[in-house]
Amino acid sequence: MFTDNKIPVVDIKNLSFRYGNQYVLEDVSMRLAPGAFLGLVGPNGSGKSTLLKSLLGLQQPQKGEIRLFGEKVEKYKGWDRIGYVSQKANSFNAGFPATVFEVVSMGLFGKKGLFRFLNRKDKQKVREAIEWVGMTPYEKRNIGELSGGQQQRVFIARALVSDPELLILDEPTVGVDAKSVQNFYTMLEGLNKEHGLTLLLVTHDVGAMTRHVTDVACLNKFLHFHGSSKEFEANQDLSAFYGHDVHLLTHEHGGHGS
Amino acid sequence: MIEVFFRFEFLQNAFFTGIMIGFLAPLLGVFLVVKRMSLIADALSHVTLTGIAFSLLMSKYVTAFVLVNPLYMGIAFSVGGALLIEQLRHVYTYYKELAIPIILSGGIGLGVVFISLADGFNTDLFNYLFGSVIAVTRVDLWTILGITVIVTTFIIIFYKELFFLSFDEEQAAVAGLPRRWLHLMFIVMVALVIAASMRIVGILLVSALMSLPVAAAMQWAKSFKQMFIFAILIGEGAVVFGLISAYHLDLAPGGTIVMLAVGILILSISVRKLRDGTVVSLRSIRRPA
Repeated sequence: MFTDNKIPVVDIKNLSFRYGNQYVLEDVSMRLAPGAFLGLVGPNGSGKSTLLKSLLGLQQPQKGEIRLFGEKVEKYKGWDRIGYVSQKANSFNAGFPATVFEVVSMGLFGKKGLFRFLNRKDKQKVREAIEWVGMTPYEKRNIGELSGGQQQRVFIARALVSDPELLILDEPTVGVDAKSVQNFYTMLEGLNKEHGLTLLLVTHDVGAMTRHVTDVACLNKFLHFHGSSKEFEANQDLSAFYGHDVHLLTHEHGGHGS
Repeated sequence: MIEVFFRFEFLQNAFFTGIMIGFLAPLLGVFLVVKRMSLIADALSHVTLTGIAFSLLMSKYVTAFVLVNPLYMGIAFSVGGALLIEQLRHVYTYYKELAIPIILSGGIGLGVVFISLADGFNTDLFNYLFGSVIAVTRVDLWTILGITVIVTTFIIIFYKELFFLSFDEEQAAVAGLPRRWLHLMFIVMVALVIAASMRIVGILLVSALMSLPVAAAMQWAKSFKQMFIFAILIGEGAVVFGLISAYHLDLAPGGTIVMLAVGILILSISVRKLRDGTVVSLRSIRRPA
């Protein structure tokens, strides 16, 4: 399934991470090829967040190595090639009086550096990113007036505006109603297929996701499965396991086969 | 009514200073309010009083100090207080707001000790507490002009960084913005503006000028940019009309300005409520929980 002549966007080899004596990740190896849409699933406490933090260089794993675009994460400098959308609940200030346009234009600030202002080309880019996530009719609306799913789209547009090659999404559908979740994944699929964006989606709920991604990885301390979404769906056991009932089983499966 | 302000130098000083602080205080106030830090202005204004009291005390014992404008000592203390607040915010990571009462009460305590050492209150001190139309000197005016230039330049240069940082600190840090440095510089700017505004509105009411116009603007603004436009317009309106009426009615300017700002705020809230009343109730029915 991987064409190995291309440098993987993310290459994780034998990664282990422990807090004290407690291992949260053990011997995890994972690759993300350019143009892939990987859904990384695992119940709460499965080490997803730890993996993500290590990937973003915010945390040092004890064993193993991570490479981003072929470079070791500790020395990685090209962070503008990576867009990251965090769980919105823990950071953004909901009453903030800013329009969708203003919020999305923030995505350019890191790249623009100090002393520079947004020019007409930048503004065009902002509008384009808003269009990609289908939020153009809401451009002048206040961010606080939008629904959870709409806000999440705005944050994705903010990450997209600086032209990343890889977009990482951490639990983007928390607090989004079921119907919007479907549309949301369809939108992501479009970004992946039409704009060639490599996507890494981290979620605790497989649910609707499998039909839209190209690859699936199941994590719970160990990597239990890593393959195409078709293989995943064919594997009845696993998909039932990580599927809709996953939150009921959260604490019950430790050493399930790999 | 207004021409008297151009006839006398002391009134000119007050008028131009008023225009500058009517602009500066709401400008920084917008960031303070959205960062949920509006109380910091209160803490810093009390620390400024400590500086003023210290200066008055020193001039009693050291003759050379008589020549030093107490405003400078106020600025020095206010900036020092700002740096201390920043330090304390890192000591109490989970209770950041604790820095405010610590600095506020510490400042006022020290100030009261200085005042009693200097044999109590006098008119000078009262002018600093409640503001005065006649107390603003030419030197004050030039100092405040300097502050205006520094603060405005800072905001223009770092507008987008401050905006991002106020909106979403975590993402701003991920995007590589120098979070600590920016925050520190910003709080120093707040200290400068407080020292500048104190002459006219008085220490006890400085923070009102940073929060009330912003609170009123919030009722109208549809974007972050509009927040600034409305807040500054409201701030200027309150300061200019407050100064003129305070002079003609022989009232303390600080109180008059703040009461005008409160009036505008109440009006804004009421008009919004009346106009949006039906819309709001419809929206709350339609929106899923």
